[in-house]
Amino acid sequence: MHPGYDEVLVRLKDHLQKVAGKGKQFSDDTDLVSQLGLDSVKVLDLIMEVEDEFDISIPMNVLTEVHTVRDLAEAIAQLRSRH
Amino acid sequence: MSLFNKFDQLARDRAALLSSGFDPFGAPIEQVFSPTEALINGRRIILAGTNNYLGLSFAPECLSAAHEALDREGTGTTGSRMANGSFSGHRALERELAEFYGCRSCIVFTTGYQANLGMISGLTGPGDVLMIDADCHASIYDGCKLSGAEVIRFRHNDAADLKKRMRRLGERVSSTLIIVEGIYSMLGDRAPLADIVAVKQEIGGYLQIDEAHSLGVLGETGQGLIEEAGVGDQVDFVVGTFSKSLVGIGGFCVSNLPELDLVRYVSRPYVFTASPSPSVIASTRAALKLVRDGRHLRERLWRSARRMYRRLADLGYRLGPEPSPVIAVMVDTREQALAFWYGLFEHGIYVNLVFPPAAPGDKSLVRCSVSAAHTDQQIDHICEAFAALRPMVTSATAS
Repeated sequence: MHPGYDEVLVRLKDHLQKVAGKGKQFSDDTDLVSQLGLDSVKVLDLIMEVEDEFDISIPMNVLTEVHTVRDLAEAIAQLRSRH
Repeated sequence: MSLFNKFDQLARDRAALLSSGFDPFGAPIEQVFSPTEALINGRRIILAGTNNYLGLSFAPECLSAAHEALDREGTGTTGSRMANGSFSGHRALERELAEFYGCRSCIVFTTGYQANLGMISGLTGPGDVLMIDADCHASIYDGCKLSGAEVIRFRHNDAADLKKRMRRLGERVSSTLIIVEGIYSMLGDRAPLADIVAVKQEIGGYLQIDEAHSLGVLGETGQGLIEEAGVGDQVDFVVGTFSKSLVGIGGFCVSNLPELDLVRYVSRPYVFTASPSPSVIASTRAALKLVRDGRHLRERLWRSARRMYRRLADLGYRLGPEPSPVIAVMVDTREQALAFWYGLFEHGIYVNLVFPPAAPGDKSLVRCSVSAAHTDQQIDHICEAFAALRPMVTSATAS
């Protein structure tokens, strides 16, 4: 697990809650597309907002491996540790 | 789980399409009468979705050049440009395209799709960065995959977003290729090229523009957006296609950078395919002259495009953000778009039907392309059909 992962996860969940709506329940293992009710276009929009939130760019090559909330948090933490 | 499970949904969607009549994705064109009229499914139809922007597909100069090359050099080259497939015509077309753009050199590819695949995968690889507009064409996305470089998207036509993302790269900008398009194929909007060039000038990197839909359409001599924006000398690589205004099939890249000549040797989509047929090369050379001298065609094209855009906007259709020869009507659902497409066909009009994810966002498109060869009467007929069908897309009111 990369340094800062826990902090990233908390901020990411806050952001996802706003996008998905207050009534939507999700965990670290929730699939962004099939379980969070976001279609692939909305996920790409969401990713761009998350990139701004963390001031990073997530390469598309990395996104192919991202399915769950946890995957996304790990990818963000890894990219932030590069800087 | 079998190899074909992933086709289950597609098979159901296709069956539904075919039950409506014939498949809009591959409408059978039985006879072509002119650049703007054909026989489809037994009916004489106005073509309003062909990308034949200057209407040159029956130009006598192109036809006679193709016939002559066919008789002189045969039907095909049967080989790669790197083997037996570089005829004198291929080299001549490369010289003429380089001269047309005032560039040092040019590479001709077998298709426009391969021009993007070949340039992107030839120029970049693992360790490099590709910074692409989010609405770029599939050929650009596929070229990115083939390259193995890191791929980052910036928000469509947003130079500030590009700048922010370029800044994040730090020293890696020196191995970064930015990619944009002159006119975007789905909504017909132009890149803010001067702003994008300014970002490149300030932060660094290289810039490639795909002029597939803007070649022949924009600029005094039809070079495309680089000419209209007056920034040709600031763009590193210009890619284009022969299959739209140049009415053949093939693609190219021109550049002033000497490294372009080396791309031939490392570009797999260039090396491992047969070169374009001699007749295609000959007709493209003839068409290039007509494009360069075709100011009157561009004027006619833009007059019809603006008239049709204005009329459809007045009818309340939700369109792309600016008048263009590509006029896309946005529709909320696939079902509405499909019904609308059949409705237009019943009125004797062929357009393109586009479903997500081929269209930006989550909308479906009924996409028209205007040609300089369309008569005023044909444009009127198309507009009247859109007026008659307006109640079918009640949700598509202009925002």
